[in-house]
Order: sequence, then C-alpha cells, then structure tokens
Amino acid sequence: MKYKLPLATAVLTVALLSGAHAADKLDASCASCHALTKPTDTSLDRLMSRKGPDLWYAGSKFNADWLVAWLQDPKPIRPAGYPYFKTTMEGSDHDVVDPSKITPHPKLAKAAAESAAAALMALKAPDLVPSGTFKGDTAGARMGALSFTKLRGCITCHQGENGQGGFSGPELTNAGARLQPDFIAAYTIDPQHFDPHIWMPTLNLKDQDIQRITAYLSVQGRGDKK
Amino acid sequence: MSTFAKNEAPASRSWKSLALLPALVAAALLLTPEIGRADPPIDQVYNVYCAQCHGLKRNGTGVNLPGLSVRPRDHTDSKGMGDTPDDELFKAIKDGGLAVNKSVLMPTWGAVLSDKQITEMVKYLRTVCHCGK
Repeated sequence: MKYKLPLATAVLTVALLSGAHAADKLDASCASCHALTKPTDTSLDRLMSRKGPDLWYAGSKFNADWLVAWLQDPKPIRPAGYPYFKTTMEGSDHDVVDPSKITPHPKLAKAAAESAAAALMALKAPDLVPSGTFKGDTAGARMGALSFTKLRGCITCHQGENGQGGFSGPELTNAGARLQPDFIAAYTIDPQHFDPHIWMPTLNLKDQDIQRITAYLSVQGRGDKK
Repeated sequence: MSTFAKNEAPASRSWKSLALLPALVAAALLLTPEIGRADPPIDQVYNVYCAQCHGLKRNGTGVNLPGLSVRPRDHTDSKGMGDTPDDELFKAIKDGGLAVNKSVLMPTWGAVLSDKQITEMVKYLRTVCHCGK
C-alpha cells in the first residue's frame, strides 16, 4: 500500500518522458520553438503562444532526404509565416505579411543537418499515422487535383501545383518531396487529432476524396511526378 | 511536554502526507491542463480561425484573399449581415458554406469550435456588423 504513490509517480514520469530519448539528441534550441515530445497542454492558449509547429511526430511526417536538405537551406514553408495570425498586418487591399515579424529558421551545416534529421526521424507516432492510411492508388491524382483546387477548397489556404492558392497554410507545391503519403492522408482526415485547436478545419471528407487528394499531393515536388 | 511527545508520531505522518501534496497537485495539473482554463476572448478566436480569409478588418480581406475565387463575406456589411439570421450564421460556421447554399471555400468549423464558441461568434459578428437579426 505504502509503495502505491511512488509507483504511480514513477509510471507517470516514464509515460511523460517516453519519446524524450530521441528528442534529447536534438539541439536544445530546437525545443525552444518546437514540441519534441507530446505536449500535455492541449489548450488554445498554448497554440496561440507557440513559436513553431510541433515536431513530436516528425518521423511519421517528413521524408528524411527533404529534412536534411531543408535544414541546410530553410526557406519558409508557410508563405504568411508561422503562425499567420502573428505575422500578418492590415494592407490597403488585403492583409499582408509583416516581414519584420518573421524569424528566419536557423541554418545548419551538412553534418548537423544529417544528425538533426536522423533524430527527428526517430520521433515516430505510428498510432497517429497508421501505416497504409494512404492505400497507394495514384490513379486518382487527377480527381484529387480537382478536389484540391475546386471541390473541397483546400486551395483557400494552401498553394498547390504551380504555386496557386492561399497563404495561411503550409505550401504544398512540394508536398510529395516533404511529406509521407500516410501523413498527408491521416492529417487531412483529422488535423485536430494531431494538433488540438489547429486552424486547419476538419472537412469530414469521404475516404475516396482523402485517397485522391493524397495521390495528387504525394507527387508534388517529386522528380517522378507524373 | 508529554502531550507533545504523545502526538509526535501522528504529526510526523501528517507532515509526510503534506510533503506529497505538491507532487499530487503537479501530477493532476499535468494530466488535466485544460481544467480551469477559460476560452480566449472570442475576438482572438476570430483572429486564429476566421481572419485568414475574413481579415483583420473583418471585411473579407484576409491574407488568403489573392488566391480566392470567391470573395469572403464582409462581416462589417450591416445590410448583408443584417439580412442573415443568427441560425444561418451558426450553420455556416458549423457546417460550412455549402450547408447554407454558399461557397465551398467556407469550410466546416464544427470539429474545431464548440457550439458554445460558435454561438459566441455569432454574437460577436453582430457587434462587428452593428446589425442584428
């Protein structure tokens, strides 16, 4: 009986620190902007105050080659900055980006980029991104383009093929090079499952739509694009 | 003195229990971070979700405007907003533009905002348009 509380505390500690091992291999400065372990605070307040996207599921999200290259030459992924509601200001015709509010991402040397990418790729979340969420049928890519640009309105916030589209979400002109297809599908199904309160809506799309949109996005920016 | 000596053992146990309190409180806070948190003010909620298209001026001129094929609703338009009943505004926010015969570019926010937040948002929109229905 008297050991129950210490045991419970130990179990809680282990649970909270699980996944921390891989995160420990990253430079401490990464954690000043990115959550490298699953946050316990899931409030809107936290979302509004954070400086960069969560990376605790990075290994189930990114392609390693893209990470290595991007960390050496980190061009903005979100045209309006991150988060857009802190980097935009009123303009004459419409809201515009305030460049003074965008902090450039640190640029890493090759060896550091490879090491950071390896540590990030170890941050897997298989429960969040089940293998096989994208069933691999690329034949629906053309219909996916139509869904993305017209039928489902993804283009409102995201730039797709040819850089056409909105600014508040991450550009997807190179989605296939940057993201794993299973992640694209799983995140589109339920963004709030990854990131409570995130400003991407859940569109309640049917699986056929999810598969087609993923087929379209997963070839963007790839050399083997059809 | 004898009273003190008699109470020493129970008091010691009591202090030990008290020492565990901070750990228990910390554990409870870690497990239930949203308890006791109030939602941010509704105008800030607007800035997070709505302003990307409807704009900081609330007049349909958000940062996404250049890429849009349909101009977002101007929430400062007293006439247009005044002609739209509360329940239609609620439905447009919760179920998206298609649910009220408007553009698909207005998405469904029902999985992100609670009914309470959407009700508050409709009230807020009435203050933005200086109109009511």
